[in-house]
Amino acid sequence: MKNVYLDQMILTTCCPTNAGSKMLESYVSLFNATVVEKLTAAGYEIAGKLPVGEFAIDLVGETCFHGKADASPLRDAMGGLSFDVNGAPRRVAAQNDLVFAKPTYGIVSRFGTIPVACSGECVGVTAKTVADCREILSTIVGKDERDGTMHADDVCQKSVNGCQKSVKRVAVIQMEADDQVRAHLEAAKTEMAANGIEICEIDAGVIGAAYAAWNMLMCAELCNNVSRYDGIKYGYRTKNYKTLDELYTNSRTEAFGLTLKSAILYGSDVLSTKNYMAKYDKALRVRRVVVEAFADIFAKVDAVMLPACSKMSYTEGDSPFVENKFTAPASITGLPAVVIKGVQLMGPAFSDGTLLDLARVIAKEGK
Amino acid sequence: MKFETVIGLEVHVEMATKSKIFCSCSAEFGGEQNDHVCPACCGMPGMLPIVNKNVVNLGMTAGMMLNCHINRTTTFDKKSYYYPDLPAAYQTTQWFAPIAVNGTVEIETTKGKKAIRIKQIHMEEDAGKLVHDDWTDTTLVDFNRTSVPLIEIVSQPDLSSAEEVVAYLERLRSLLRFAKVSDCRMEQGSMRCDVNLSVRPEGSQVLGVRTEMKNMNSLSAIVRAIEYETARHIDAIENGTEELVQETRRWDDVKGKSLAMRSKETAGDYRYFPDPNVMPIVIDDNWYNGIKNSLPEFPEVKKARYTAELGLSDYDAGILTDSRALCDCFEAALTVCGSAKEAANWLISDCMNVLNKKQLTADQLTVNGKALGQLIKLVTDGKVGRGNAKKILEVLFETDVDPAVYAEENGLIVSNDTGLIETVIKEAIAADPKAVADFKGGKEKALMALFGKCMKQLKGNCDPQVLRALLIDEINKA
Repeated sequence: MKNVYLDQMILTTCCPTNAGSKMLESYVSLFNATVVEKLTAAGYEIAGKLPVGEFAIDLVGETCFHGKADASPLRDAMGGLSFDVNGAPRRVAAQNDLVFAKPTYGIVSRFGTIPVACSGECVGVTAKTVADCREILSTIVGKDERDGTMHADDVCQKSVNGCQKSVKRVAVIQMEADDQVRAHLEAAKTEMAANGIEICEIDAGVIGAAYAAWNMLMCAELCNNVSRYDGIKYGYRTKNYKTLDELYTNSRTEAFGLTLKSAILYGSDVLSTKNYMAKYDKALRVRRVVVEAFADIFAKVDAVMLPACSKMSYTEGDSPFVENKFTAPASITGLPAVVIKGVQLMGPAFSDGTLLDLARVIAKEGK
Repeated sequence: MKFETVIGLEVHVEMATKSKIFCSCSAEFGGEQNDHVCPACCGMPGMLPIVNKNVVNLGMTAGMMLNCHINRTTTFDKKSYYYPDLPAAYQTTQWFAPIAVNGTVEIETTKGKKAIRIKQIHMEEDAGKLVHDDWTDTTLVDFNRTSVPLIEIVSQPDLSSAEEVVAYLERLRSLLRFAKVSDCRMEQGSMRCDVNLSVRPEGSQVLGVRTEMKNMNSLSAIVRAIEYETARHIDAIENGTEELVQETRRWDDVKGKSLAMRSKETAGDYRYFPDPNVMPIVIDDNWYNGIKNSLPEFPEVKKARYTAELGLSDYDAGILTDSRALCDCFEAALTVCGSAKEAANWLISDCMNVLNKKQLTADQLTVNGKALGQLIKLVTDGKVGRGNAKKILEVLFETDVDPAVYAEENGLIVSNDTGLIETVIKEAIAADPKAVADFKGGKEKALMALFGKCMKQLKGNCDPQVLRALLIDEINKA
């Protein structure tokens, strides 16, 4: 039996999709996400819904309105679809020895996902093995006329299933992380070297600062996207209001959590007339610089490796807006990333299949 | 001191597309409340916008009609604000790279001709409508109008009187209706405008404090509002009756007053940014030229051609060129029947009659021009009587039939069977000896009675000249 979990950001008609927020506690969508339709059409069972942190922007699901999300989520299922907005599914996979594939932006439909940071978010696949991850990913890729940001269908298909390039050189991006994480990086290096792959080390440079720009873009888009939850049409409505302004303010104050509120405030500030050029517009320029930096790197090597997180478990006070320095590079550029054995691989656009091949080497998994 | 008024207009025009701007819901006016809605246009999470290509076509057309530069790469942006009629809490509009910029519109008033500069034209989605239910004292939202495509035409502050504003709006209306961008019906809200107004001492180069009156949708109200607002500004400056502040005002046409709505200080920050879900639209030469080549002649160019080349009277040419539908039908009919005078007559009297009966406007004319041309030709060739042709015309309003085939199938072809005509005449004479006697006694009217009876008996299928001649012959014999 092929069964797959969906996270609470992927809309289904069968059961509520709550985005981990009190705001959408009992919200049932009128339509299914394209990825859900593709899975069921291919004979997969939907195993259920997995909790997410509020609007999927936190570390590992700790801001979910009904308590922390389960850290080892797959249980008996073959895999799960997780919405990658701010790297949470990559951190969960890295810390729980799971595989996670974040596809190239625009090869998997976002139709029917709860929008947060549309310019960089995507549906990814969590699984226990690289083979399962590849199988599920190849089921959900493909052009969807209802998502205007997608690539041509053959481009989508080839990214995962086309003939892959063999990986000869991998660069390790130098970023600070604790000993456990470093041990995972070393183990992966050893495995790659044993398979004849040349390893080199590079300075993070602008890539290491990409998260600052991503925080601006993500929070700006989030602020705009969650404005629709105003207590008027659906979702939580306060009982405590006399005027329209009170209806808006109190509904949102009572239903939204602290992390989300700080993201809304930050995003609103970034987009204000006063700050637009200095913050939002600058962040768009940084995005381009980061894309170019990766293009330079991928002219010399086939893939890069970097941590997915700074440590293997979090404590109170760790911030998703700092910890995302490892995941933001792939989010802001739309490049594919694969988390395997506690490390993160990234490659050029449409190298999703190549990265999975490399992951198989690191995981010592047979074909 | 003498003052001059400085006015800039923002005109919103609903585009004549079948579907909405980002989803496939109907964009038609009216319908049951919340009939034309889907998860996309009522702001539910998970739907992504897909741009209606026809919206871009019409946006480009409008830009070209107003002599604008077309931005070959045009983008959509999000404008955030909270209001219950805006379900996603943002409006998708164009802020950074609108479809068209830097145009001009020429107007003519009693003071002569003047060019009004167009700053930009941008495409955007309309908002829904709030309906207050007095019975339950609740406010309800109707999302039918949400995401209906609009263009907003922003002028430079080049207008200086109510007369110029009316001339400008009428000119826009004529050009946009002609190019089939919109039906521009102010009473249905498919054309409405925001009036930005300030006054300054005549000759001064410095602009005064500006106020904006939103959502004006009748020409007469606009004239009254401009006159009131101008007087209020001058009074404030000359007599210090009040302090002018930059603000949005609402025109109350019943009270004949403008009232403050919100000042600049309390106005929200719209936090514009590019919509990442809509890829930049790149207009290549092929697309651009396709639209350029499909532009209609300007109405006044057409009118000049109709009078100079086709010999129509100024009056007839004026009526035809008031509506693109009439022009299209006229030109198609002309290619078939060859007579401009006949084609114009049929449109201006016969077609207009039917339209009036049906309470339709000229723009709603649905008659196939080629079929009308064939019908006219059948009449001028003497194959169908004029009375029967009018009946066929009514059929052409309903279905696109071939008039010749229809006339044949329904026995409406003029008969050349003189034997039949003579039999009918003889019967008529025999039945009404008094009329015969009256005619012989010099009463011309008596002939018309007999003529009418015969024509009726022949179902109109007879050349009137032939019938008349045969009838007189027969009476003289009797």
